[in-house]
Amino acid sequence: MPLTWNDFAEGDALPTLEKAPGVTQLVKYAAGGGDFNPLHHDYAFPQAKALGSIIIHGRFKYAALGELVSNWLNHGGRIVKLSCQYRGMDMPDKPMTLGGTVVRKWEEDGEKLAELELFVKDAEGKNTTPGSAIVSLKG
Amino acid sequence: MAGKIEITREMQAVVGVESPPWRYEVTTTSVRAFARGVGYADPVYYDEQAARAAGYRSLPCPPTYLGTPVFIPGQSSDTFSGPMLSGPRLQHGLPNVLDGGTETEYFAEICAGDVLTATSKVSDLSIRESRSIGQMLIVTNESTYTNQDGVVVAKQRGQALFY
Repeated sequence: MPLTWNDFAEGDALPTLEKAPGVTQLVKYAAGGGDFNPLHHDYAFPQAKALGSIIIHGRFKYAALGELVSNWLNHGGRIVKLSCQYRGMDMPDKPMTLGGTVVRKWEEDGEKLAELELFVKDAEGKNTTPGSAIVSLKG
Repeated sequence: MAGKIEITREMQAVVGVESPPWRYEVTTTSVRAFARGVGYADPVYYDEQAARAAGYRSLPCPPTYLGTPVFIPGQSSDTFSGPMLSGPRLQHGLPNVLDGGTETEYFAEICAGDVLTATSKVSDLSIRESRSIGQMLIVTNESTYTNQDGVVVAKQRGQALFY
């Protein structure tokens, strides 16, 4: 069922999304998103060798935060704004937990809006990609 | 980088200068490719019937996806797929760069079948002190996406940190 205005309150947590993208998933993301920087798929690339691994695209994590919000809305509304900051690198095949909290819920000019605080936590619990979103509910 | 970063008058002159427009296509195939790349299981991003049942004209753009830039060898970046636009370059001489963050603001629905035209510009320059890196030059780039009906559908801002 699409999310509605009465289904949530300030302070509610969004259902989390678990991911551990491997190199094949990152290759699919490169093809879909257009970023073919070898740092994200080629272990022989000098920068990847220096780091000891390829790293996940920052934009993959940004898009995954979008997926988290999209799954929660389930087409009961639209994203007005979505942002994140890239604070730390994430390596492939390591579990990441994406989640968020409703920090504000209000109505403005007849629009039903909510503000979300988002995170991408690595296996050690570090938030490598804090984000936020504003969503508008249909009903 | 030793020494102080300075925002020169030449750098300031680049702020606000719009790039030539470039074409971004949103197709059923490109939406599916992006959704697969992120790992969506939601049929609305794959199945047109499911998309229509959910109230969309066709497959909707998954969040953060704003179409695929048309690729032309010699005019497009082979690595990043976007246009290598001619225009004034920011001359700052800083060798290292980090991706700071991304923000997308949506004004209207974007679905498969839409053709977007994007222009971009440096919208802001600032200097920030970081504990680990020291002084950084923060360059904010803003791209504006307009659809085939002339409606501005989204703006995306990215921050590059030079040091």
